[in-house]
Amino acid sequence: MYVVVIGAGKVGFNLTRELVGQGHEVTLIESNRHRYLGVEQLLEHRVLYGDGSELWVLERAGIERADLVIAVTGDDEDNILICQVARDKYGVGRIIARANNPNNRQHFDLLGIKPVVSATDAILRLLEHEVPQRSLVRLLDLEAEEIEIVEMRVGENSPVAGRTIAEIEIPDHTLLISIIRSGHGFVPNADSKLQVDDDVLAVLDPEREEELRRVFGA
Amino acid sequence: MFVLIVGCGRVGSGLARSMLSEGHTVSCLDQDPESHARLELDMEQSWEEAGGTFTVGAALESGALEVAGIERADAFVAATNGDNTNIVISQIARKRYQVDTVIARILDPWRAEWYREQGLEIICPTRVAIEMLEDGLHRAAGKTGGS
Repeated sequence: MYVVVIGAGKVGFNLTRELVGQGHEVTLIESNRHRYLGVEQLLEHRVLYGDGSELWVLERAGIERADLVIAVTGDDEDNILICQVARDKYGVGRIIARANNPNNRQHFDLLGIKPVVSATDAILRLLEHEVPQRSLVRLLDLEAEEIEIVEMRVGENSPVAGRTIAEIEIPDHTLLISIIRSGHGFVPNADSKLQVDDDVLAVLDPEREEELRRVFGA
Repeated sequence: MFVLIVGCGRVGSGLARSMLSEGHTVSCLDQDPESHARLELDMEQSWEEAGGTFTVGAALESGALEVAGIERADAFVAATNGDNTNIVISQIARKRYQVDTVIARILDPWRAEWYREQGLEIICPTRVAIEMLEDGLHRAAGKTGGS
């Protein structure tokens, strides 16, 4: 696979090193001379000095034959532009963009740039999972596919506590896929009884989230 | 007409002053509070007294754009010092806020050309400067009769 990575910060540099290690052909583009020189000592000819949002620099990197373009600069507008140009002008099949500021995700969405990776969002999500502030935590969100996996805590006053799966009115297009009890997970059957402090994982259509929340009293 | 100008540098502030003097409603947005001073160059009263508004905020922050009045803007001008910022906020103005007239200033002729083909209205000062310099040199060549 031929990959063009734009931005040789920590993310771009380590990503390039890993991809090269996996046997892929990679070009890393960096516009800061000082950083370029530092990275070039380790990655040699794989690094290209230039502004990755200039079309001729992208062309020099051979963007036309890239299978994947990854824009991980520290500027969200640069990442948006690079991905837009890669996809629409050069016909690159797959793009990945980094959102430095999670508030900018809406702009990536508006312009159809996806998937978008945000370290802040990822850490917040982990934090929610590790230290749940809310009764419903999204573990996986496949927006394009319109499906998500959520985790819910069975609270003390939850109407489902003490009831079996068969007794619960689960919304349509929703599946309870596992119960995590005292750190141990298992796949429930109709007779499994929910207990207070259980974490229940469900896969569902995102539109059903409110309904599921209501059933669990969450 | 309500004009929102993002980027209050030499171009943005100059345009803002001329639009205001023509009687339009003008709102400026810039992340640098100091850029407000440019609006008052050669003016006898303050920018606000003259009827203009100025908002401090990043161009990409929807909150700042909304405070600056993007939802009621008839025209939007992207004149920050970043080509990519101008390209992205122009698309936001058009797609999210449906502003009627959206114009972006893009310095890089190649990016300008491609986004123009995609339907954005773009002014490329680099291209304009090259053409004017060409004209000047052509005239000079005509005078000296050189080839």
